[in-house]
Amino acid sequence: MSVTAVPVGRRPAIVRLALTELRLFARERARFVARLALPIVLLVIFGSIPFYTQARRSLQGHSLFEAYVPILIAYSLAIISLTALPMVLADYRDKGVLRRLQTTPAGASRVIGAQLLAYLAVVAVTVVLILAVARIGYGVFLPREVAGFIVAALLAAGALICLGLFIAAVSPSAQAAQAIGTILFFPLMFFAGLFFPIPVMPSFLRHLSHATPLGAGVQALQDAWLGHWPHPLQLLTLAAYLVVCGIAAARLFRWK
Amino acid sequence: MTAVIDVQHLHKAYQDTVAVDDISFSVAEGEIFGILGPNGAGKTTTVECIEGLRAPDRGTITVLGLDPRRNRAELTQRLGAQLQDSRLPDRLRVGEALELYSSFYRTPADWRELMELLGLADKQRTMFGQLSGGQQQRLSIALALVGSPQVAVLDELTTGLDPQARRDTWELIEGVRARGVTIVLVTHFMEEAERLCDRVALIDAGRIVAVDTPAGLAEGLQAGQRIQFRPSVPLDDALLTSLPEVTSVVHRGDVVVVAGNDNALNAVTSALARNQIVARQLRVEQASLEDAFVALTGHHHDNQN
Repeated sequence: MSVTAVPVGRRPAIVRLALTELRLFARERARFVARLALPIVLLVIFGSIPFYTQARRSLQGHSLFEAYVPILIAYSLAIISLTALPMVLADYRDKGVLRRLQTTPAGASRVIGAQLLAYLAVVAVTVVLILAVARIGYGVFLPREVAGFIVAALLAAGALICLGLFIAAVSPSAQAAQAIGTILFFPLMFFAGLFFPIPVMPSFLRHLSHATPLGAGVQALQDAWLGHWPHPLQLLTLAAYLVVCGIAAARLFRWK
Repeated sequence: MTAVIDVQHLHKAYQDTVAVDDISFSVAEGEIFGILGPNGAGKTTTVECIEGLRAPDRGTITVLGLDPRRNRAELTQRLGAQLQDSRLPDRLRVGEALELYSSFYRTPADWRELMELLGLADKQRTMFGQLSGGQQQRLSIALALVGSPQVAVLDELTTGLDPQARRDTWELIEGVRARGVTIVLVTHFMEEAERLCDRVALIDAGRIVAVDTPAGLAEGLQAGQRIQFRPSVPLDDALLTSLPEVTSVVHRGDVVVVAGNDNALNAVTSALARNQIVARQLRVEQASLEDAFVALTGHHHDNQN
């Protein structure tokens, strides 16, 4: 990470806050393993079932497994942003951790920004892990439009994390945050094509799917995977979620 | 001396309950100013307004010449606050917390030195969740001081500390004041207020009842004496409260504590003699801050833990 270039003691507070958050995330061993490992486990399961790994004419010669890799990426984005993040942040509020920060010069924007940075880092590690396992373990080709893939992944992660920050801001308690995150998780995953792929959805559902952050995200990731620059409409949808949820989260942020 | 904190006509209500009802006081530079009062008196609300954590409904507050709400960024650099009931993430280590918090400030204190001062040096790698209540409290004090503040507001400073740790903390606070830091101390320990505070504001039901030095508050009482004894037979309070020399009668187990003016001892012993009650283990003390508290607020003070 480039922050190591900054001499110790001179790192900006936002970076220190983000690094502290990452440290705490890693110390929650059980949850840490579950969140990072679950998508990998699913990848391994799908990868071992021939039904998923056969090339199919209906998928332009690709296997279901290959089509599922972007969905698994979306899945890990969602599980980290919608269940881990809002609960942790709302729990900090319940316990007065945020209230104590409020008495310092740290400021709300730094506290929120640090969360965004920390979870972006977690997401980046997860995505790289998924790509590595898919490539090395199952010979899945890597995204052909690399820049497009990175842009789509960053926007999708930003949109989901800001949605998570928004949930944390409006939840009255940690339990409520967890409940809201979980309730949102399933419809969002449905529209991401977890249960059946977006291309086979009825057109009404397909359009609806493209308007959801994960639906737009998966579509953009899949396009980049196959070597196309993601459709601007999907990138705009993701950017809109990022900006709207981000601003709303900052506005509605409560210290206690 | 110039006023570091100036509070004028502070009002704050929550829904339909009035928490603070017209409070005014000012704190001079280098002073240790105590805010004393029963639970729910409005102490915490008052200091939260000073810290800029709450917006007053009415009234003006200036701290170091700043408006705590409008100049928050500057105020937080110069005012350190220790809150009641605020925790850290359970898995954050002591040293990490201090290092992180010190990074927020322009001119932080040496956090390692602070950690030693507060007796936490051997806990540097201990996680917050594994600390005892007293250690968490000491860390919380350290975090309030890590920015080298000019003003420190400490809410329930020594709650949860054992008597030895409490005395150590008092010494630490005296040391902090010796460096010129102005300190506002919210407390319900009379002994703490008596030992540390230059002046004390007694707050009850959202209003200031009195502001004076601890000794001044005690002397200002009509009650110059406190008489303590174990009556030989159960005692009807009315027997003593009917005496004009007596201001209050309090029972502590089977001990009766009577506060009254300088002639109270004579009046009480005569009244007891008239009723053939023997006062065993009779002790007479000059009135203390605690008597002032009881007399001025009308509450019997519960010395928790």
